[in-house]
Amino acid sequence: MQTFGQQLINGLSLGSIYALLALGYTMVYGIIKLINFAHGDIYMLGAFWGYYVINQLHFNFIWAMLSAIVFCAILGVIIEYFAYRPLRHSPRITALITAIGVSFLLENGMTYLFTANTRSFPQVIKTVTYHLGGLRISNIQLLILGTACLLMLLLELIIKRTKMGRAMRAVSVDPEAAQLVGINLNHTISFTFALGSAMAGAAGVLIGLYYNSIDPLMGMTPGIKAFVAAVIGGIGSVPGASVGGFLIGLLETGVQAIGLSAYKDAVVYFVLIVILLVLPAGIFGKKTKEKV
Amino acid sequence: MLSVKDLVVNYGAIQAIKKVNFEIHTGEIVTLIGANGAGKSTILHTISGIMRPVSGQVTYLDRQIQRVAAPKIVQAGISQVPEGRHIFPGLSVQENLQMGAFLRKDRRNIAQAYEDVYNYFPVLKQRRHQDAATLSGGEQQMLAMGRALMAKPKLMLLDEPSMGLAPIFINEIFDIIRAINAAGTTVLLIEQNANKALSIANRGYVLASGEIKLSGTGQELLANTAVQKAYLGG
Ligand SMILES: Nc1ncnc2c1ncn2[C@@H]1O[C@H](COP(=O)(O)OP(=O)(O)OP(=O)(O)O)[C@@H](O)[C@H]1O
Ligand SMILES: [Mg+2]
Repeated sequence: MQTFGQQLINGLSLGSIYALLALGYTMVYGIIKLINFAHGDIYMLGAFWGYYVINQLHFNFIWAMLSAIVFCAILGVIIEYFAYRPLRHSPRITALITAIGVSFLLENGMTYLFTANTRSFPQVIKTVTYHLGGLRISNIQLLILGTACLLMLLLELIIKRTKMGRAMRAVSVDPEAAQLVGINLNHTISFTFALGSAMAGAAGVLIGLYYNSIDPLMGMTPGIKAFVAAVIGGIGSVPGASVGGFLIGLLETGVQAIGLSAYKDAVVYFVLIVILLVLPAGIFGKKTKEKV
Repeated sequence: MLSVKDLVVNYGAIQAIKKVNFEIHTGEIVTLIGANGAGKSTILHTISGIMRPVSGQVTYLDRQIQRVAAPKIVQAGISQVPEGRHIFPGLSVQENLQMGAFLRKDRRNIAQAYEDVYNYFPVLKQRRHQDAATLSGGEQQMLAMGRALMAKPKLMLLDEPSMGLAPIFINEIFDIIRAINAAGTTVLLIEQNANKALSIANRGYVLASGEIKLSGTGQELLANTAVQKAYLGG
């Protein structure tokens, strides 16, 4: 029971990071039907940004976080503008291959500039571990969970309550109708990339604090897992991405806890296959119902 | 109010619209009739700024708009009710109407706009909290029209509003188009249901293979034997 509680805490912390990343995949997919393979690398760049502003500019946690959010949002907008926008009317596979290319560019560019070495992330916040009835929970874990939940709530408000959020929903269900009511497609797509990349930037700083180490290829595996989380939740569904992220986090720590660390990635993919067999559209995926 | 001059529109190498000319005067109902694939929707998409013409001009209120982006067209007072309704599924009826007022800043008058729409279409008021996807085809058509009205258009473009509807719905839709026009909105009506369309239109144009073949008042075209043969089952 105790280990179960402990794994629950660890799984939720890790899961909240996957959830933040999965949101970016799902929003971008929702709006332009592109699997943005470079998304994990934006998360890596967010972590490196945090590393530099904390080390060089002595930012505290809050400022490192906020500046990483802004930096990654701008980066996401730039990547969309130069890499994906020119391909808007090309076959989907072209954009997909371009996304893989952008991913390689960011990974290899960063390796070239900063070497492939792992760096230790500066610990701006001293880790304190609390003991609660046999469970260990660190202030970093609480911070990750709290920040992630706060950001997801904020995102939910933006999507549900703001004009830009309504534009995003309209474009994702029917781009043509969206244009006919006066929605600017380009602005809406840029805004979506900004939001998704902002979440990835935040996740990058949080993972730096949690695992202490960063490197230019750190985005690959979490990127794929977050993508799996988005698919399990139902790609295009915002609540689905959050739930999927937590699910993958819990699964991974759970598998580790029962001594199968070596298979944790395999288990994630196995669950993906099973869920897609049972629920092809994912947990929150909508069965398309439209009357003609 | 709107004039289209020597309009040419392509899909890749295929020329869908070949030097089309027509005009709409303020206050009129003008109809554009033609068979499947004649190019009717292509013309509407070009006016709405979703497609760019290869050449030719679209002049609206003394301004050339053929290169103007879609949101600016809506802002200028041209709203389109697209073929196949294109309502937003997953959004409620009221949210769909709200999307129609996306560009409006005059919050106070928007409340009035809902009232006007609900007056034209009382059924939408009953269903306002329901997911738009659960409406019947006829109700969805009404919603698409209501959504366009929310922008308070000066010119309304309707693309085959009677498509797939039962006769009773068709009559209702045409009555409402007339009422909307009587309330001061100019109408460009695209139809395959030529009989109905010509009977409410001031003037009409017959489009075939991307070219205007005939034009005249509604009554003239109704009486025209070529039109009767091709489009009126006569
Ligand atoms: N996306 C497209 N790509 C290529 N050709 C197209 C495309 N859309 C339409 N066309 C072609 O352009 C021509 C005109 O099409 P359009 O949709 O304007 O016709 P329409 O008069 O609206 O027909 P309908 O009554 O069936 O709606 C047709 O020959 C059609 O095949
Ligand atoms: Mg058409």
